[in-house]
Amino acid sequence: MAAPIRVKEGALTEDPVIRCKHLWKIYGPAPEELLRAHGGAPSPEAVRESGHVAAVRDVSIEIGKGELLVVMGLSGSGKSTLVRCLSRLVEATAGEIEVEGEDLRALDEKGLIRMRRQKMGMVFQNFALLPHRTVLENVAFPLEMRGQGRHERRDRAMEVIKLVGLEGREEHFPRELSGGQQQRVGIARSLAIEPDIWFLDEPFSALDPLIRREMQDEFLRLREILKKTIVFITHDFDEALRLADRIAIMYDGAVEQVDTPDRIVMEPATEYVGRFTHEISKARVVHARALAEPLDGRIVDGKAVPGDATIASLGRQLIGTDAEYLPVADSAGVVDGVINRMRALELLFAEDPS
Amino acid sequence: MTLATAAAQAPAGVRFRPAHVAWALLALAVLLTLLRPALPDGIVRPPEWLVWPISEGLNRFFDWLQNDVGFSVVTRGFAAAVGWLLDLASALLVPTRRGYPLPDVVCQNIGLCTGHAIPWTIFAITGFCVGTWLRSWKLGLLCGLTFVYLAVFGQWQWAMQTLSQVAVAVPLSVALGFVLGALAWRKQWFEQVLTPLLNLAQSVPHLSYLIPVVVFFGVGDHAGVIATVVFATPPMVRMTILGLRKVPPEVIESGQMCGATRWQVMRHARVPTARAEILVGVNQVIMQCLAMVVIASFIGSPGLGDKLLNYLQSLRIGSSIEIGVSIVLIAVMLDQLSRAWAEKQPVHWERGTPWHVRHRMLLVWSGLVIAALLATLAHDYAHEIPRRKAISTKDFWDAGVDHLLAWLSAPAAKVRDFLLLQVLTPIRDAFQYPPFLAVLAAVAAVGWAVGGARSALTVVLLIAFLAVSGWWDRSMITAYMVTVAVVLAVAIGLPVGVWASLPRPSRGSPGWWFNQAVRMLGILIVSAVGAAAVVFVLETVVPPTPAVEYSLFLAALAAIAYGIERYTRDVTRDRFLLFLCDTVQTFPSFIYLIPVIMLFQVNDVAAIAGVIIYGTVPMLRYTVEGMRGVPASLVEAAEMSGATRMQKLRTVSLPLALPTIMIGLNQTVMFSLMMVIIAAFIGTQDLGQEIMRAKALSDVGMSLVLGFCVAAMGLAVDHVATRWAAKRKKALGL
Repeated sequence: MAAPIRVKEGALTEDPVIRCKHLWKIYGPAPEELLRAHGGAPSPEAVRESGHVAAVRDVSIEIGKGELLVVMGLSGSGKSTLVRCLSRLVEATAGEIEVEGEDLRALDEKGLIRMRRQKMGMVFQNFALLPHRTVLENVAFPLEMRGQGRHERRDRAMEVIKLVGLEGREEHFPRELSGGQQQRVGIARSLAIEPDIWFLDEPFSALDPLIRREMQDEFLRLREILKKTIVFITHDFDEALRLADRIAIMYDGAVEQVDTPDRIVMEPATEYVGRFTHEISKARVVHARALAEPLDGRIVDGKAVPGDATIASLGRQLIGTDAEYLPVADSAGVVDGVINRMRALELLFAEDPS
Repeated sequence: MTLATAAAQAPAGVRFRPAHVAWALLALAVLLTLLRPALPDGIVRPPEWLVWPISEGLNRFFDWLQNDVGFSVVTRGFAAAVGWLLDLASALLVPTRRGYPLPDVVCQNIGLCTGHAIPWTIFAITGFCVGTWLRSWKLGLLCGLTFVYLAVFGQWQWAMQTLSQVAVAVPLSVALGFVLGALAWRKQWFEQVLTPLLNLAQSVPHLSYLIPVVVFFGVGDHAGVIATVVFATPPMVRMTILGLRKVPPEVIESGQMCGATRWQVMRHARVPTARAEILVGVNQVIMQCLAMVVIASFIGSPGLGDKLLNYLQSLRIGSSIEIGVSIVLIAVMLDQLSRAWAEKQPVHWERGTPWHVRHRMLLVWSGLVIAALLATLAHDYAHEIPRRKAISTKDFWDAGVDHLLAWLSAPAAKVRDFLLLQVLTPIRDAFQYPPFLAVLAAVAAVGWAVGGARSALTVVLLIAFLAVSGWWDRSMITAYMVTVAVVLAVAIGLPVGVWASLPRPSRGSPGWWFNQAVRMLGILIVSAVGAAAVVFVLETVVPPTPAVEYSLFLAALAAIAYGIERYTRDVTRDRFLLFLCDTVQTFPSFIYLIPVIMLFQVNDVAAIAGVIIYGTVPMLRYTVEGMRGVPASLVEAAEMSGATRMQKLRTVSLPLALPTIMIGLNQTVMFSLMMVIIAAFIGTQDLGQEIMRAKALSDVGMSLVLGFCVAAMGLAVDHVATRWAAKRKKALGL
């Protein structure tokens, strides 16, 4: 085995839109007292012994503008509770949450409703559509809550319905639609008020694999158009790798690692994260950009590989040459680094560790 | 629990388990019973000093409430409000020339001072249209024909009196139940207060509601409506709580994330999503209201119940049957309509569908109503068919029943005498023999075996109430009747239910032929009676020649038989049984007294037979449901292990279905208790008879205490059965 391959760190490029610090959510008879007794950070044993359950454990995360953060974890890991704390559907026990500089936990009910009416949209796992309303009325629901006029509502709703490709179904009722279509309605509804922040709670988990794939593509397309700040929850590691700018992996209420997919795969921070990455074909996840080394004055011949291509997709090019280094181009086509061909090949032909 | 820990801590050698305590208590009960001749009187029967003057106390309390506190002002005001609503409803519905309850100025200017009841034709048309719109033309036809029957058979006025009471009681019950349910859902302490009250309210027999209502509100239709509202509200409360609680949290969260305020979430998300459950509650309210309005005839509510009571008391079977049919038709119609409403799913119209297509039913309805109004101008019969001009089949039924009785009465009398002398009287004596302390000990044993000290205490306290109330002997008679009825109901319901849920026999096998033969025979009998009734009706209108009559009979027979055969071809046994249960339950319970009185006359045999008919229903229903609920994979696993049919039944299906069957048994006991009380009309000697007497004397305290006695027995059985079923279910992981 060669020396471990290092990859570049992914960093926040913009100001954070959502910032949470030392966030706790504890269920049980007296959560506040428990936190106070342990100086705000009880150990897992202390929580368990006192008969409490810590669904979110000292989580600190920053999410940048336009970033897509995927929160990944198995069921019971606290990912749903975390996103509900961030949208304040659930009151956190302790910690700070700032949304666009505003202290979310300090908002009164009126302020919270205003925030949701203007800035937040959310998609739910089981669609959560109102069964007695048509597609159009479901999509227009948040606008109606906001008190917008009938015609305005209708026009905006039709716009979003078109955006998610449900034109012609606007008079249907939810039960007349397939699962994938129902979730499109859910997505349209969450986008109707043009939110800045978009929460998606396992939106595709209730769909079968082929439809899920299709919906992921659709989601990526919408993301390109809308450029929103997104928090996406999933229990599916492949889905997380496929969609994320950064992934936060949760275990037992705590965040184990927050990083780009490339780094999570190449350098799992904990043994738990490692277990997920174990069976992943790394070459399909890691991008050329992440493997690239600085030019350092080297002059490299040959056709530059795009930085956002995965190593797996470069297989033919890697084998078809015997150069030691290949040039890597950024999105504008300017060569800004090189990758070591042997390292890339190692990744490509890594033996299945199992 | 505490006992178990105590036992664990006790020094070695002293180890006892709940079962031992139960056996010890049972042994005590047996011992006391055996020693009865030697026991002092105070142990055999509740001594005088033990009996509290509860009913006097209650009477004094109500007196104080009425006269000293001035509660009567409130009750009179309330009664007046309900009375006004009733006047309004009956002015619309009942053709009695009673004016609308409006101020004179208004009524003189608009000319609404004389009766302008809605013509029966409009009801029939509306029934047809609403039924068709809610489900299908078949339901529409059922509703339309129900009204036609009521009008043509001269039941209109009574039926409309009953319906106007239902029309006032249902909205009141629904509104009250919804508000209470929503409050209980919101505030936990309120639910904790409400739940035991609901349990009590649903286990007190109908009749016990009537007397306090009479005291506070007097006699008449408004009192009947108030009693009905009190009786019909609990299921609405329950369904509202259930429905609001069952809404998926995601739906609520989605509402919140859409920026809805609390009120908006409630109005736009929670209540509409709980629509189905809430409407099931409405359906139950309607059925309870109808049942209670019929029974409220005992406190002077006019309508079908009142007439039925008159006819029954003078044993005019034909007329009773016609009223019974009216009640059943109305019950089935209201039940099906409200169910169809609960099940109706919104259907979308494509954009650009013209108005007249979207509202086709409304247009059809308006057209038909206009036609009907024109018809009323042309002939009065389209408005109202006078009773003396109405058709009646009562002579037919009377003749048929006489015929049947002539044929059956001798064997029935023999059966009755045998049962009375050889079976029932000894059992009754056996129930009265044990000292009351022995009964308490036995009850405690059962309680202890099921739920330890806590359950034992609960049931003992409930049963001890019987002793304290001073109605111990009467209660034991009630207990005897219920026990006999329940044992027989189980003996009938359990095997039949199990048989019905067995897999369908394959075509051509002996079992299949047997089924077909039974079905054909049933169809033939039903069609023959139906055809005879049809011919009879024709005879009264235009008397045909014998040849025509004969061929008419055959044609009707063939048509009816063909129709039933077509309709029931794919009905499986369990579905047929469930249908039968539904039908039996839509009848007001005292209808079952008609046939049994005719057969056995007035005595315990008739009462118990009537109770069995009604009490078997839940047993059957829950057996079928329980057998259906057995996971198919387990049955398949047993099959693949090479189990025979009987082995599968014995080792897999029955044990797994047993908790559900126990709930059925529990309900059978409840139904039987209620029915035994109602059977008091035909002269039994138990608590029910005393309730009747209390009613006659208008003794509130006494009637309430008697009602509580019945409720105490019911709640004790309920406690034991639900505890046991819950324990079993948990153990089986269902």
